[in-house]
Amino acid sequence: MLVLTRKLNESIMIGDEIEVKIVEIRGDSIKLGISAPKRITVHRKEIYLAIQKENIDASKSAVERIGEIGSFLKKKK
Amino acid sequence: MKITTRAYGEIEVNEKQKICFPDGLIGFEGIHHYYLLDSKEGPFYWLQAAEHPQLAFLLVDPRVFMESYVLSVKESELGVLELESRDDLLDFAIVTVPEDPSKISANLMGPIVINRKKRIARQVISDKDEYEVKHYILKEMRKETTKLAETC
Repeated sequence: MLVLTRKLNESIMIGDEIEVKIVEIRGDSIKLGISAPKRITVHRKEIYLAIQKENIDASKSAVERIGEIGSFLKKKK
Repeated sequence: MKITTRAYGEIEVNEKQKICFPDGLIGFEGIHHYYLLDSKEGPFYWLQAAEHPQLAFLLVDPRVFMESYVLSVKESELGVLELESRDDLLDFAIVTVPEDPSKISANLMGPIVINRKKRIARQVISDKDEYEVKHYILKEMRKETTKLAETC
C-alpha cells in the first residue's frame, strides 16, 4: 500500500480525474472530500463488506424451505 | 435452450431472460451472466447464474412487504444501465432464506437494478440509511398490518 503524508486542505490525485482532499481533522476522525467523475461510485468500505457478506449468505439460501414461505406472500398486482 | 438451475434442475429458458451484470454482484464480481426466472413459490424470482448451476439468488420486489419502499440511489449508480426511460427500470432486493424460514430477510441496502429493455443490470448501494442488509420480511409485514389497523 502506498502511504503518503498530507496536511489539512492538501490533497492527492488518483489518475488525472480523482481528487481526495483532507477537509477536516478532529481528534481521530478525518473528513475527506472526494471529487470524481459521475461514473465512479464512492462508498464506505464497511458497507461494501456488509453487502458482500449478505450476498454470500443469500447464495446459500435454504432453497428447500422456500415453498413454506411462498404461501405467506402474495404477488403484487 | 436448456440450463441447469439450483432451484428446479434442468429447465428450458429463453434468451430474453438473460441479463448481463457488467460489474457482477458484490463478492461475485467475476460472474456476469444470469437468467431472471419466475419462481414457483410466492412473489419471488430467481437470478440464476448462467454458467454456474449452484449459484442462484432469490429476488423479491420490496413493495410486496413494505408499501412505502422507494428505490433511492445516486444517478451515477444507474449510468451503466444505459436507461433511456425510467419506465425501463426494474428493481429487486436479494432474499436470504436461513434454515429457519420464518427469519427470511431481504437486503434493501444493496438492491438489484435492471434495464429490462437492454437487459443490463447492477447491484447498487442505497442512499437511504434506514435501508439495511437484513429486513426480516415477516416482521416488516406485521408492521404494515399494524399501520393498516391504525388508519381504520
